[in-house]
Amino acid sequence: MTGVMALMAVLYLGFMAFLIAYGFDTIFIVVIAAAFAVAQWYYSDKLALAAMGAREVSPQQAPELHGMIDRLCAMADMPKPRVGISYTDMPNAFATGRSPHRAAVCVTTGILDRLTAEELEGVLAHELSHVAHRDVLVMTLASSAGIVAGMATRGAQYGAIFGRGNNNNNGAGAVGFLLALVVSLVVYAISFFLTRLLSRYRELSADRAGAYLTQKPSALASALTKITGDIAAIPTRDLRSSQSMNAFFIAPAISGASMKTLTSSHPSLEQRLEQLAKVSAELGRPM
Amino acid sequence: MSFWSSILGRRKPVQANLDALFGLPGAAITLETAAGFRPTGLGSVCYRQAEGAAFAQTQADVVELLDADEGPDVERSVDDYGYTWLLTRQDPSDTAGLVTDLHAVNTTLEAQGFGPGLLCSLVGFTDAAGRRLGLVYLYKQGTFYPFAPTGGQQRDNLLELQVRDLLANELPIEPQLQRWMPVWGAPGL
Repeated sequence: MTGVMALMAVLYLGFMAFLIAYGFDTIFIVVIAAAFAVAQWYYSDKLALAAMGAREVSPQQAPELHGMIDRLCAMADMPKPRVGISYTDMPNAFATGRSPHRAAVCVTTGILDRLTAEELEGVLAHELSHVAHRDVLVMTLASSAGIVAGMATRGAQYGAIFGRGNNNNNGAGAVGFLLALVVSLVVYAISFFLTRLLSRYRELSADRAGAYLTQKPSALASALTKITGDIAAIPTRDLRSSQSMNAFFIAPAISGASMKTLTSSHPSLEQRLEQLAKVSAELGRPM
Repeated sequence: MSFWSSILGRRKPVQANLDALFGLPGAAITLETAAGFRPTGLGSVCYRQAEGAAFAQTQADVVELLDADEGPDVERSVDDYGYTWLLTRQDPSDTAGLVTDLHAVNTTLEAQGFGPGLLCSLVGFTDAAGRRLGLVYLYKQGTFYPFAPTGGQQRDNLLELQVRDLLANELPIEPQLQRWMPVWGAPGL
């Protein structure tokens, strides 16, 4: 999935670079890219709910879920988001929406079946923290900034070295295009890792804020263990492929910063549990 | 600034607002004279019990403090959502004493750093026809709202709106009706 996303973005950037190299206005391209990002952010609630096949539920349809969210919102002094349920067996939950006033929190039936009320509350508090931290806005900005920066860098280089529209020299145009492609790819790669790093940081922030909201870090920890356990139990790749790669690792210490941890959008379970244990110790300490 | 702290993922837990609670005795008089609702002498505080020894110690201190007078003891219960309710009783005519009791719970919890765990406080009223009414105080918003259950999971919205208009000048009433969350079966109703 990550590979696919990277390939799509590379293609997208390559296409943009191609367009600009053949004389389209840079500003026009940046505006189009920004318009896509803004639309994605503005309609994030509808898009995400539709993509997950989620249905909005009323307080009459899901009184317990609404009661839980009512109380958490009252404790956190934030507006109540809309509540959705997605009918899939995969245990998951997400928050979306352009602002805390236009947000939606969605859970799957899989997570409702597997978690106890206390654990579910921990998960909901984590999602509400995403809403309060405006993570949809931040992550949309972060990813679109990466794309725009990549294009701007390339546009600037192209403009500075070769000037605009040198149609009389095909050789220089081809070199310019290649350079543009390489620069945009490098910038994109860097922004990709940075965006993922930011995402992991924001997950940890949401964990911490959620744990302080419910005052029960261990409930969230137990929910995370259950969910990640369930997701991790389903193998996603051929186990033989990673076996042979193990021989190339110099030291086990370095494997901590492997490609997987660098490109992951979420921190490792160990990291999250460690932080929750810290919150728990903090709460247990008398003032 | 709260916007930047939230953008940076460093939003601080919201502290409870304890002051508006002292408007209750005046509101109780208005309710009795204008609507015939008398205090039942029951009041409760709803909070989130934090895990760990520090909270258990604080809670024990609170219960000990409230039990120190010669009245009936404080009752502690946990509802379906995992929130703890402390129910205190006073003489129905002594609403000020009841508020003092509730305030003792709040200040003790807040002094120990558990202010963010406070959810709401409830004071019970009833009229001659046996209708029940709770005035619920939301700590984080610092506002009140009326809650009138009519048995089962039904509430008397008409009565609640009447009480809202009646007390609009006495108490800060929660303007967003969405926040008037039902607290079915809350102790003290």
